[in-house]
Amino acid sequence: MNLTLKIWRQKDSNAKGQMVDYKVTEISEHMSFLEMMDVLNEQLVNSGEEPVAFDHDCREGICGMCSMYINGEAHGPDRGVTTCQLHMRMFKDGDTITIEPFRAAAFPVIKDLIVDRNSFERIQQAGGYISVNTSGNTQDANSLPISKHAADEAMDAATCIGCGACVATCKNSSAMLFVGAKVSQYALLPQGQVEAADRVKNMVAQMDLEGFGNCTNTGACEVECPKGISLDNIARMNRELMKASI
Amino acid sequence: MALDSKVPKGPIKDKWTDYKNKINLVNPANKRHIDVIVVGTGLAGGSASATLAELGYNVKAFAYQDSPRRAHSIAAQGGINAAKNYQGDGDSTYRLFYDTVKGGDYRSREANVYRLAEVSANIIDQCVAQGVPFARDYGGLLDNRSFGGVLVSRTFYAKGQTGQQLLLGAYSAMNRQIARGKIEMFNRHEMLDVVIVDGKARGIIARNLITGEIERHSAHAVVVASGGYGNVYFLSTNAMGSNVTAGWKIHKKGAYFANPCYTQIHPTCIPRSGDYQSKLTLMSESLRNDGRIWVPKNMDDVLAIREGKKKPTDLSEAERDYYLERRYPAFGNLVPRDVASRAAKERCDAGYGVNATGEAVYLDFASAITRYGTEQAKIHNINNPSDAKIYELGQKIVEAKYGNLFQMYEKIVDQNPYETPMMIYPAVHYTMGGVWVDYNLMTTIPGCYCIGEANFSDHGANRLGASALMQGLADGYFVLPYTIGDYLADDIRTGKISTETPEFEAAEKEVKDRIDFFVNNKGTKSVDYFHKKLGKVMWDKAGMSRNEAGLKEAMAEIKAIREEFWKEVSVPGGSDELNPELEKAGRVADFLELGELFAKDALMREESCGGHFREESAEESGPQKGEAKRDDVNFAFAAAWEYKGEPADAVLHKEELEFNDIELKQRSYK
Repeated sequence: MNLTLKIWRQKDSNAKGQMVDYKVTEISEHMSFLEMMDVLNEQLVNSGEEPVAFDHDCREGICGMCSMYINGEAHGPDRGVTTCQLHMRMFKDGDTITIEPFRAAAFPVIKDLIVDRNSFERIQQAGGYISVNTSGNTQDANSLPISKHAADEAMDAATCIGCGACVATCKNSSAMLFVGAKVSQYALLPQGQVEAADRVKNMVAQMDLEGFGNCTNTGACEVECPKGISLDNIARMNRELMKASI
Repeated sequence: MALDSKVPKGPIKDKWTDYKNKINLVNPANKRHIDVIVVGTGLAGGSASATLAELGYNVKAFAYQDSPRRAHSIAAQGGINAAKNYQGDGDSTYRLFYDTVKGGDYRSREANVYRLAEVSANIIDQCVAQGVPFARDYGGLLDNRSFGGVLVSRTFYAKGQTGQQLLLGAYSAMNRQIARGKIEMFNRHEMLDVVIVDGKARGIIARNLITGEIERHSAHAVVVASGGYGNVYFLSTNAMGSNVTAGWKIHKKGAYFANPCYTQIHPTCIPRSGDYQSKLTLMSESLRNDGRIWVPKNMDDVLAIREGKKKPTDLSEAERDYYLERRYPAFGNLVPRDVASRAAKERCDAGYGVNATGEAVYLDFASAITRYGTEQAKIHNINNPSDAKIYELGQKIVEAKYGNLFQMYEKIVDQNPYETPMMIYPAVHYTMGGVWVDYNLMTTIPGCYCIGEANFSDHGANRLGASALMQGLADGYFVLPYTIGDYLADDIRTGKISTETPEFEAAEKEVKDRIDFFVNNKGTKSVDYFHKKLGKVMWDKAGMSRNEAGLKEAMAEIKAIREEFWKEVSVPGGSDELNPELEKAGRVADFLELGELFAKDALMREESCGGHFREESAEESGPQKGEAKRDDVNFAFAAAWEYKGEPADAVLHKEELEFNDIELKQRSYK
């Protein structure tokens, strides 16, 4: 198929960006979206132009590096996938596709489609861990039975890949789905109880400090999340915060 | 220099304990004055950074991604082995040790493997304490599954995302230390050289990938944990950015590179579909617990399927060739990876491949779905369930076990694997070879360590499933933190290492000159052009099966590609900005050297062992006809190569492998 791409180009974080049009031809429907971008970039390199910079790494939907906003949706029109798993069969010959970076005050653009997600790092550093020494001198793993239900729910929350699609999608640029998932993983497990109150308070305080917006229960984040992280995690985080505050 | 593996004396089961009792320690007050650089933040680098920081050292950690959590360990799916014997099925430290040495086709170092098996149980305890949500049974205890090449269930897992959960565990431990200021994290940085002062590794030169700035970082020791080099094949299951650069740079500065030809070609990957393809996707080996691998028995059916006239589900049991069950009745679909891959290639080379390219076999879940469905019907007291009901119940169980893998397959191939068998084909996945290290995990450069997939030590010529995660975390959490202390004990009075020295100056200049060359070279071809060309040579001539003539051609062809690369490569953009093409150029330049050494190593090793199959060395008759034939008299050694300029001039050093606790036998899975 032949396509027109409207892509956000921005030299660096200080430069003013703009949308630029490109044409690509003979795109196979079996290509992934990023392979289509590879084709474009090969074309640009061969004609001496600078290729479009975009983040990507594992290309199997787990590292959370890729981050495009495609036709007004984080990770594009398919559900439950990252951009690297999005396939061109979702598009038609002759389509025009708009490609922008994830936009949020707390995710400044570094170049073209690449954004800075260090705000997520600092939130995790504020409390996204259990304070246990990595000495190996812990108790036997099976001395602490955990109900299958709790373990499964914690696993569902822990599935978050930290890509930031929830933030990019939210009209308030809220990071609550991301933070809620991490808080929930530990809140659901007995190992996480000791530090639960401090954890949620510190992580939420850092989230606010980074300039993420608040949650108004629109639920768009849940729809666009490539890993199906549920809104329940936001409710649980609020409950944990309430519990920690009284 | 003679290779000294520094394996402690004494019985194998006491070596590690005795060693720990006798090494030098650094007191906590002195640790505060010692800096350690860790390159890479996957399971090995992440766990090492966290533990070293916890012990009190000042750690500087480097990752080329925007967060340590994105290192490619995250993509590991199936699980992690540990000799816990929770299932009471006869597992033990010795048995895990034995399986790993046998699985590696007797080409690993016994003492290292025993130590790995010994600390494996601690890893699970550690990870549970950190909040890693492993799968559990209804009693609340940890669940296990089985992997290829073993007869027990010792694999712990978190759905199909075990690597992700273990890495997030290590990442959380890192975050705790980053918050305390004990780890200084350098995201979006790439190590481009090691700096050696007075014969010791004392720092690195790194490039800030956002600004392009070249930075000098000093430390008392350097740890390389940069993963494997499977991307030398261009197409692999590795991440796009996975590279050999850190390992290759230390090789060029004196670290020997061992067994580069030991590559794991994983049997269950999604087949390639076209020339545009950028990478291959793995379908976890855990699927072979329940999936059965087959191709049609009759050529007519193969052709009918390729032409779309028949569907795989149209074929009766009698018309299918479950070739692994046929050839290897004892292990069946759970033979080790190298064996399963070669068997798939054998069928496809004979013309039985089931897709348009002729390079695909089926992985079928219909039997498992029926088996689980029947069991569920019994559990739920459903009498005379219909086939549809059984299918529905069974599908739920399979979905709970492998749901994310099935979804991934469906998104890529656009077929529903619950209804039609998956198509799979082998692909490059892991490299057992790597930087040579002694028992302390130190390279032949004093003060320079190498851990995880980047080193060569534990998997011999073939790695068993669920052992990579085990090795990464064992090295980082439990081995390196001891061994590095023994070395650093001599450095308590050294003080801060200055970066204003001629050694740093020279290393920085070398790095800058190369970058300047790339951005100024007016070539005509993209980096990917050369990378793809290299990958094709590697796959065709140094892939799943190798022979003397092909390997000689490969060496010559790779050299020619390298020469053309240095004339014709074109890198747009500048050096003082974010420039992904420039990053790729540096990595491919190193792959072009490694590739030739790889072929040279494969040519030297005139035996078949593990993932390295030399066509000249196969069993000619008897029950093992066609299977790999090892040559223990002449090749029971690790091949450590010393850099001498051109890869073809590398000098071989042999570390003879002694097997005192395991009898050398032919590896049979029949």
